[in-house]
Amino acid sequence: MIRIANGQGFWGDWLEAPVRLLEQGPIDYLTLDYLAEVTMAILQKQRQRDPALGYARDFPPLIARVAPLLRERGVRVVANAGGLNPIACGREIRKLAPGLKIAVVLGDDVAARIPEFLKKGELLANLDTAQPLAPIRDRILSANAYLGAFPLAEALVTGADVVVSGRCADVALLLAPAIHRFGWKASDIHLLAAGVVAGHIVECGAQATGGNSQVNWQNLENLEEIGYPIVEMQPHGVFDVTKHPGTGGRVDSHTVKEQLLYEIGDPQRYITPDCIADFTTVRLTDVAPNRVRVEGVRGAPPTGMLKVSINYSAGWKAVGALVYTWPHALEKARAADRIVRRRLQSLGLEFEEIWSEFVGVNACHGMAAPPPSDPPEVQLRIGVRGNRHADVERFTREIAPLVLSGPPGATGYADSRPAVREVVAYWPALIPAVEIKPRIEVLP
Amino acid sequence: MKVQLAQLAHTRSGDKGDNANIGVIAWEERYYPILLRELTPERVLAFFADRVKGPVDRYELPNLAAINFVLHGALGGGGTVSLRTDAQGKALGAALLRMELDVDERELTR
Repeated sequence: MIRIANGQGFWGDWLEAPVRLLEQGPIDYLTLDYLAEVTMAILQKQRQRDPALGYARDFPPLIARVAPLLRERGVRVVANAGGLNPIACGREIRKLAPGLKIAVVLGDDVAARIPEFLKKGELLANLDTAQPLAPIRDRILSANAYLGAFPLAEALVTGADVVVSGRCADVALLLAPAIHRFGWKASDIHLLAAGVVAGHIVECGAQATGGNSQVNWQNLENLEEIGYPIVEMQPHGVFDVTKHPGTGGRVDSHTVKEQLLYEIGDPQRYITPDCIADFTTVRLTDVAPNRVRVEGVRGAPPTGMLKVSINYSAGWKAVGALVYTWPHALEKARAADRIVRRRLQSLGLEFEEIWSEFVGVNACHGMAAPPPSDPPEVQLRIGVRGNRHADVERFTREIAPLVLSGPPGATGYADSRPAVREVVAYWPALIPAVEIKPRIEVLP
Repeated sequence: MKVQLAQLAHTRSGDKGDNANIGVIAWEERYYPILLRELTPERVLAFFADRVKGPVDRYELPNLAAINFVLHGALGGGGTVSLRTDAQGKALGAALLRMELDVDERELTR
């Protein structure tokens, strides 16, 4: 049995979590998942400003902090912290934590190969809209194929203490140590599927252990000390989901179910580079407090295609807000919204979208929520998005004037003018897996 | 009788591009048939008509007494494009808990 823990569910997750996973009990591997779809866009913006960036900057200092623990306990780290610049990430770790062996997994970055793919007749059509890539090809900022677990497992063979990848399937982080330690082969489809399910359960960190859980959340103990998830994987693909004893939160079949269903499509076809896992075959049993056994997982061979995550520049946006207060807070906010919209129109500004929300009334649940009767305050939150920077910039000047020139009772404009942000949009596509050649670089 | 979904199930929602998904999990296995009968994709789409373009796909997970809904065109462009507070659909699952379902009292007690 090996213990694989995940200490980050996204870049921005609790900094103490990985440290506590190392301190509070035994683990063999520590995985850290930094990359959400939006994270790649953020990293792209950072690399645009500084070509030496584009990776999760929290990661190298974290490794420096836990390096003595890693050595003492023989724990190895597998992380996708490399983002769009894994080599720079690896070099920074080497600088901050000298003496650790670092293996960097490369080959996911295909931005420079897009013309080659298009020439070969690959459409790189948008998986959601089916539109071909060609019309936006000049606006591409980054393109990364989702690597599977085998290149990461190969990186572990080098004896590296820390494996850093760029874009890989989130579940590959957990699957790689299992492949490495148990010798699972590419043809062991059901074992790989079990690893994929395990990886999916832990990839969002504490969302498997009581975080963001609707299950009796009021009685969840000690969320401030929540234990991040640990998978105890058996060589035959049966595993337990648990957390260190004495930590906060809860692991039971319902918290695990919530996470199993998180951000999935067809549960019978959970597609990864290494296999297609069938979530309808998963059997969960509460075997002990804070311990759920997972077995029965079946899978199917992979599709032969890899997902490519493409980021492209898609204009500009800004969001401004004002708070209106009782009495008639909602009516005032609605009147202010009408005023802004008329002023934008009379200025002749062009936007692809203007979106208004009344926070406290309809921002999150829309018409599903019954309207409150005369609430003490309502926030008008109005955003615009468009291709013309100057128009979006002009919009940002139209919020504050309402304080003096609109309905009474406006406040909460302390942030002054909203910022104009570049929209980096996401374009998922497919590429034949044979086109992608992962490789490992060991930093001494 | 009318019963709010919150009494029968819990949910978690999230995003994939401009699509959102909502996992609906029966609190008790005996509630699962009610969910299957009442939570049709058409009803879910109608419930979110002001913010989801659709269509809505429904997938059953009898092994977990759960249903997964995929809501297409649900997030105003999704991710970094969307202007919404809930650009990643995190609140849609809780919103669905408000839905009133037609339930025979005997279905709850047996």
